[in-house]
Amino acid sequence: MGKVLVFAEQTNGKLKRSSIELLQAAAKSGNTVVAVTFGSHAGDVTAAIGHNGASEVHVVKDAALDSYNPESFAANMVAIVNKVQPSIILASASSTGKDLFPRVAARLNTGVASDCTQLTISGDNVTAVKPMYSGKAFATVNFENSPIKIVLMRANQLPVENADTSKSANVVEHTNAAADLKTLIKEIVKGASEKLDLTEANIIVSGGRGLKEAANFKMLNDLADVLGATVGATRAVVDAGWVGHGMQVGQTGKTVAPTLYIAVGISGAIQHLAGMGSSKVIVAINNDANAPIFQKATYGIVGDAFDIVPKLTEEFKKALHH
Amino acid sequence: MKIFVCIKQVPDTETKIKITPDQTGIDTAGIKWVMNPYDEYAVEEAIKLRDANAGSQVWVLSVGPKARVVESLRTALAMGSDEAIVVNGEGLDNFATAKALAEVIKAEGGAKIIFSGKLAIDDNASSVSQMMAEFLNVPHTTVVSKFAFNGENVTVERDIEGGAKEVVQMMTPAVVAANKGLNMPRYASLPGIMKAKKKVIKEIEFASLNIPASDIKVKYTGMTLPAEKPAVKMLSGDASAQAAELVKLLRDEAKVL
Repeated sequence: MGKVLVFAEQTNGKLKRSSIELLQAAAKSGNTVVAVTFGSHAGDVTAAIGHNGASEVHVVKDAALDSYNPESFAANMVAIVNKVQPSIILASASSTGKDLFPRVAARLNTGVASDCTQLTISGDNVTAVKPMYSGKAFATVNFENSPIKIVLMRANQLPVENADTSKSANVVEHTNAAADLKTLIKEIVKGASEKLDLTEANIIVSGGRGLKEAANFKMLNDLADVLGATVGATRAVVDAGWVGHGMQVGQTGKTVAPTLYIAVGISGAIQHLAGMGSSKVIVAINNDANAPIFQKATYGIVGDAFDIVPKLTEEFKKALHH
Repeated sequence: MKIFVCIKQVPDTETKIKITPDQTGIDTAGIKWVMNPYDEYAVEEAIKLRDANAGSQVWVLSVGPKARVVESLRTALAMGSDEAIVVNGEGLDNFATAKALAEVIKAEGGAKIIFSGKLAIDDNASSVSQMMAEFLNVPHTTVVSKFAFNGENVTVERDIEGGAKEVVQMMTPAVVAANKGLNMPRYASLPGIMKAKKKVIKEIEFASLNIPASDIKVKYTGMTLPAEKPAVKMLSGDASAQAAELVKLLRDEAKVL
């Protein structure tokens, strides 16, 4: 058996669900699981990393790594990979993962499978499945000429079981290996929303032109609050300036695959379907019975969103708070 | 200064996808090919940068089967790019493509800024820009929605999770991968289209770059179409009944609550 290295990400001192998915998948494979995490708060998550299956965690506790810098993250990741010598690296296809690992792969002269939705680890070998052509096809990714196989997984694709708090990981500390940086992170401008990003959300409530005006997104926010969901939108309403581009789901926005996607007043343009078609359960609410969204939906309601959404919010409240 | 733009030709989103019998690719017969949508932002930003810096040139570069890929290069020329290069090659993965792009840019004397799209909508890998930056040993930023150049450094805004943005400064040369929001790509003008038709596109054979076969790291096999979805279940009754029924189904049937 070989070693699987998992890049563990955190937000506000909590291990991300997507990282927990990867740690547990690696642990189930029977390989030795080694995690890597960066930043001054790295120590906050080492216990959780152990509970979820890693036997060793490599940390670089340096405030210079609190925000993502491609050069310094790549330098530190490569230094640790060279020490650990894993046969497989798993990371989430997050903003950081997608940006960092192609660079790391190029430096390590190895391949990377990005944006995957299925993962099979068998011994030293790994195969992954990824959507292609905006979800209109799926392909198996096979590695060749790759001493280390790097797989970047979309969030919410793998099961999560309860952590085993009796387990712990041996912490190995490193000093920051990065030097001579040509990249400087000057500032992080916070987004309007404190909720989970669309790409990590397990439930998404999304609105389109059928909402008639920007102010009516409040109705979706209320529904999302009850469900613990993140609010998304179509290109049309983003281009109309009702909401920011960060909320756009679809071809020139975000690709999402939550467990539940509720589409309100969305007709279902192919560019939108490309971004959410692989959601597990899709609910469509639209006043036009011929809207293409109904062909993708699991459950459909033809009717007035302004009538149905507030009632739905009430029903969810009853169902979830009993 | 020299500005490079790396573009990819991809099937139009509306295209119906059919899989080849050996399941390693798609049947290209009848496919409408277009410039990757994110690459249009890259071309537009390069042209704007050239226009603001006298004596600059925009070189647009693409890897793929030259017979069709030159069409997307002509689109970039018609928008206002100065020169175009096609690297004729097929069956390459992201790693080998990034190697080829880097080799050609080096051979052409390098570039001050290299633009690309943040990802290509065919394999959604968002990998080539970062790999190319590594092979060129220059910094990169992806998912860029704002760009400024002061003659020495670039300052960009990168979109990250939750609508947040990172403000990033890079020394040049640098690779910048464009997101939506960076600009509004122009349409090609009629004189631009006429001029682009006459332009000689430089052709390079991938084989002539001496990139080893071992630089292909990833192969796609077992391609399938998505499983057919069961027919939608339409809910009847008035709004209250529909809402109650939906919550019940989500909890008891779909089990997602």
